[in-house]
Amino acid sequence: MSVLDRARPAPGRAAARTPRGPRFADEHGRRLRGWELALRYLLLLAVLALTVGPFLWQLSTSLKGPTEDIYSSPPSFLPGHPTLHNYERVAETIPVWDYALNSLKVAGANVVTNCVGSALAGYALARLRYRGRKAATLVFVLAMLVPVEGIIIAQFTTMRELGLNNTLIGVVLPGCVSALNVLLMRNAFLSLPHEIDEAAYVDGADVWQRFLRIALPSVKGTLAVVAIFAFMGAWDDFLWPLIVLSDPSRFTLTIGLNYLHGTFANDERLVAAGTIIAVAPLIALFACLQRYFFRGVGEGAVKG
Amino acid sequence: MASPTAPATTRIRRQLPTSPWLFAAPGLLIVGVFILYPFLSTLVNSFTDRRTLLPGRFVGLANFRELLHDDMFWIGLRNSCLYVLGVVPALVVLPLLLALLVRKNIPGITFFRSAFYTPVVASIVVVGLIWVWLLDERGLVNALLEAVGVGRVGFLSDQWLLLMSAMAVTVWKGLGYYMIIYLAALANVPRELHEAAAVDGAGALRRFLSVTVPAVRSTMVLVGALSSVAAFKVFSEVYLMAGPSGGPAGEDTTLVMLVQRTGTGLTGRVGYASALSVVVFAVTVALMLLVLRADRKDAS
Repeated sequence: MSVLDRARPAPGRAAARTPRGPRFADEHGRRLRGWELALRYLLLLAVLALTVGPFLWQLSTSLKGPTEDIYSSPPSFLPGHPTLHNYERVAETIPVWDYALNSLKVAGANVVTNCVGSALAGYALARLRYRGRKAATLVFVLAMLVPVEGIIIAQFTTMRELGLNNTLIGVVLPGCVSALNVLLMRNAFLSLPHEIDEAAYVDGADVWQRFLRIALPSVKGTLAVVAIFAFMGAWDDFLWPLIVLSDPSRFTLTIGLNYLHGTFANDERLVAAGTIIAVAPLIALFACLQRYFFRGVGEGAVKG
Repeated sequence: MASPTAPATTRIRRQLPTSPWLFAAPGLLIVGVFILYPFLSTLVNSFTDRRTLLPGRFVGLANFRELLHDDMFWIGLRNSCLYVLGVVPALVVLPLLLALLVRKNIPGITFFRSAFYTPVVASIVVVGLIWVWLLDERGLVNALLEAVGVGRVGFLSDQWLLLMSAMAVTVWKGLGYYMIIYLAALANVPRELHEAAAVDGAGALRRFLSVTVPAVRSTMVLVGALSSVAAFKVFSEVYLMAGPSGGPAGEDTTLVMLVQRTGTGLTGRVGYASALSVVVFAVTVALMLLVLRADRKDAS
């Protein structure tokens, strides 16, 4: 029913777009558009159920009260008596807000260091001339090719030699200026016209002024992409914090959740509430910034 | 890059000889200390019997010889390879179909695109725990299977079903990511080709196979390379669904899980885990070369 509701107003709007629309509208003409659109929406809704459904089921589980049967067959998709009680109980079981704060610190630090570090290095690779520039570029390219999973034990021993094991700084450091981000920024700076730089130079701007006032404002889009990816990467990371953190009071949210799951696997309501706490901020962030996001993924893919 | 700028930049260099390195220094330092140095020390450690708290000494190829006789290594290698075989074809084909489904600008399509991307955004731990709950003996999937009369299936208790479930989760989480890559590629397919084929009387399937697929072929190779490397290094999905010890009798352990298990902790065998890591590097590089070579052969 919702398929038809959605499909019916569509032909009118689609007709207005026909001249610049892709092939489907051009080829099939007016007669087929109705059922074709309906079929498309049917497929879209099926995929929607498959991709978003599991999150909604988790949300539903987290809202079900202690007296409700979460194992009922057939399953009931809506909680009978919705309650936020499970969220309180998660906080009583593990220090979930501390973990969230730790994750926020790590992700925030990762955003700042990646934006600053890769903008600086990207600028040096793209806009400055000096001996060894090619070598510096090569260092970042090589670093990008090294699979993190393969060096994780050596990263761990390096961190231990620095005395930073089991600290949040230790969680942040290895990824705090990622080679991929440096190369992304380099590409962005490369595409700026050189004439602007020269004009500013003639006007007496030094290298810092040219970087901060001219180059940086022109690559805001790429910088936003770097920021989003840095935040998500740090917030979502699992393997590295799992290895570097051993003291439960310093866990990040992902490690804390795994701990919650391992310790209290018998109460799915709690685990569900914990996962919703972990995923809700990201989905909100993503919903606000999805435009930049898709542009970034697309660009990254095209540029390899 | 362009030559007209050379005079200006030469003067700039003379003016500020050290600043380019100041710009690059933070990045070079981090990448050098935490990526390249660990990479080199992994190679060096693989020839030692280093442990977490002991410095270790040179043992030549002993670690690699031991690998050959380690059942766990063969299980890990087998599972990581199976993972590539199971996941990669699905991740090359399904996101392309999904991209074709969401590329047309019909009302509400931005919502669907974003929604399909949600699993990519969610952290792997969240995704893993959601699916552990869905695939539980008493979970939603089994409740639905029972409701339609199939009966309950032990997705997480059987060694092979567990591995296949983890693969399905990897595919589920990756769909949106590769969909966007395909969308970018499809945007570059000239529409005239489709029109010409349609005039020649080619049906939708024929046009897909002889126009769309050749046009996005290099993207398919890229997706194949990216997903095969990622699949071979799988850790989190299996770790979360099978547990730290790798499922029944450790039969679902993957290579990276083995690296993590043998290399960490106070008794961690850093040398041996490094040798395992070197195998991970080698296979990763081999996979990349294999896919890229297949690309070149097809093109010629």
